[in-house]
Amino acid sequence: MGMINERDRELIKKEFAGLTGQVKLINFTQELECQYCRETNMLIKEIGELSPAITTEVYNFITDKEPTEKYKIEQIPATVIMGEKDYGIRFYGIPSGYEFVTMLESIKMIAAGESGLSQKSKDFLRDLKEPVNLKVFVTPT
Amino acid sequence: MAFESPLVKAEAIEAIEFPHLAHKYDVQGVPRTVINDKVPIEGAAPEPMVVEAIKKALAG
Repeated sequence: MGMINERDRELIKKEFAGLTGQVKLINFTQELECQYCRETNMLIKEIGELSPAITTEVYNFITDKEPTEKYKIEQIPATVIMGEKDYGIRFYGIPSGYEFVTMLESIKMIAAGESGLSQKSKDFLRDLKEPVNLKVFVTPT
Repeated sequence: MAFESPLVKAEAIEAIEFPHLAHKYDVQGVPRTVINDKVPIEGAAPEPMVVEAIKKALAG
């Protein structure tokens, strides 16, 4: 029994059929003392099976020190969604419920190379001079 | 937004799994967006509202 049911699997495959760019999902996990690590890891692997445009990597938060530091991962389960470069997009916790949709949308955005933001917002973001950190707190429902 | 600027980092955090972060950032309801650890937006935030909140966070 997978994390994603058969019906959703087929729907997502159709959604992902048009993916043009490559997307990488990097999951940071550990075996013990992490309530949703196992489920998150299973979910990320299953998403990776839904399109040839998606590759997945898995690292151990404790023993794989180099990637953990490189991607500045501070808690787990963590998932990096990136394309050819790292855009600084992170999911902390299991991406279920509405967050699952957000993750699928992020994959499509990166593959398409288009954020979908207004030109006004794009201009504003392009002219930023200082770092901006956005934390969006969510729950699984 | 993170996609559009190398200076922007975006984190989705599951509040129930990370209660210490939810507590630190005073999360009472979701979604709650916190910009640069100081400027919050309650509820679903339309794009222009996020831009304005970023401006506010950067202004001090």
